[in-house]
Amino acid sequence: MIVADRKKIPEIREMIKDHKRVLLVGCGTCVTVCLAGGEREVGIIGSALRMSLKLAGREDVIVDECTIERQCEDAFIDLLAPRVEGYDAICSFGCGAGVQTLAERFPKIPVYPGLNTQFIGILESQGVWTEKCVGCGQCRLGEFVGICPITRCAKRIFNGPCGGSRDGKCEVDPDMDCAWQLIYERAKALGLLDKLERIASQQDWSMAQNTGSRKVVREDQRIAGLGPKS
Amino acid sequence: MNDEPVLLAFCCHYCAYAAADMAGSMRLNYSSNVRVLRLPCTGKVEVNFILAAFERGVDGVMVAGCLEGGCHFQVGNLRARRRVERAKEILAEIGLEPERLEMFNLSSAEGPRFAEIVVEMNNRLVRLGPSPLRLSADRMADGVNELELQADAAVKADVSAKGDSHDRG
Repeated sequence: MIVADRKKIPEIREMIKDHKRVLLVGCGTCVTVCLAGGEREVGIIGSALRMSLKLAGREDVIVDECTIERQCEDAFIDLLAPRVEGYDAICSFGCGAGVQTLAERFPKIPVYPGLNTQFIGILESQGVWTEKCVGCGQCRLGEFVGICPITRCAKRIFNGPCGGSRDGKCEVDPDMDCAWQLIYERAKALGLLDKLERIASQQDWSMAQNTGSRKVVREDQRIAGLGPKS
Repeated sequence: MNDEPVLLAFCCHYCAYAAADMAGSMRLNYSSNVRVLRLPCTGKVEVNFILAAFERGVDGVMVAGCLEGGCHFQVGNLRARRRVERAKEILAEIGLEPERLEMFNLSSAEGPRFAEIVVEMNNRLVRLGPSPLRLSADRMADGVNELELQADAAVKADVSAKGDSHDRG
């Protein structure tokens, strides 16, 4: 899932300071699961923001909340469209994709981010999320026994470990596992150590996020005349 | 406006609520400005309940649950403590004194302790002065009544879901 965390109330208050009617829009997908921008969290931020505005002498500002199933799909934003009437700003509690989809859909209303989108990750334990994927565009987890050196090695090296690996931990952060130690241990347990004998080839970084926005296109799913951007 | 602080107490059905009952039976004196909301467990308390109370203008909120290790639902009171800590962080962020909110642990047998906690919180709120978010008395009463109805509904839903006939323990 996409993992995010909330911005502090003073930062949100500063962003919306020129507006009188603000709608906080939550997202019911990834950010609900990582407890950052779902219905409950947006309720909490809404309540805190209203109190914060009142304490700052801005009682005149109206702050309301609503949550839609998914901010990154037009079909769900359709349901939001009637709700935004009369608001002069939206603060999105979706990930960066959600914020931008709303901004595109409502060209006349400023849209602000309520969250800091962090990474693609997993729930490691209750209340702890960890990054697992950088979306490099060319997955090579098969070569590295299911442990990603791009995401989890501080140096992103493909032929590790480096000299900074100590007792299974990384020299960058003693609390962080050395990804290459994990790769080695798992390969050993699976009887696949010979895989690591080979020098790993270079990554094709042209598929990665360094050339602007990437697209995935499925021609069989594109039906002329259907969908908002067909 | 009445200057007496308004204290809202989220009380667990199995301990603090029973302790409040006992304090009454023992004819103990404590501040009369406390409004007790009964919950099936303090684990039912969410950060938004606490913020909703402050938004409606109460001066202070206390969450009173079972002694640690003694929760009827095992860890509800531990969850409540974490949520109270998070709510305190948010209060500090918006510039409202986090001391207006506190978590307490006590058993159902501690009537005198309940009275003591209420007095302690009341003294603290007198020292801090009225909440800058305070509404007129009528509007606040409506807001608190609304919270009370929600809490009652939560207790009923919990009891009927479990067919629970336990007494307070």
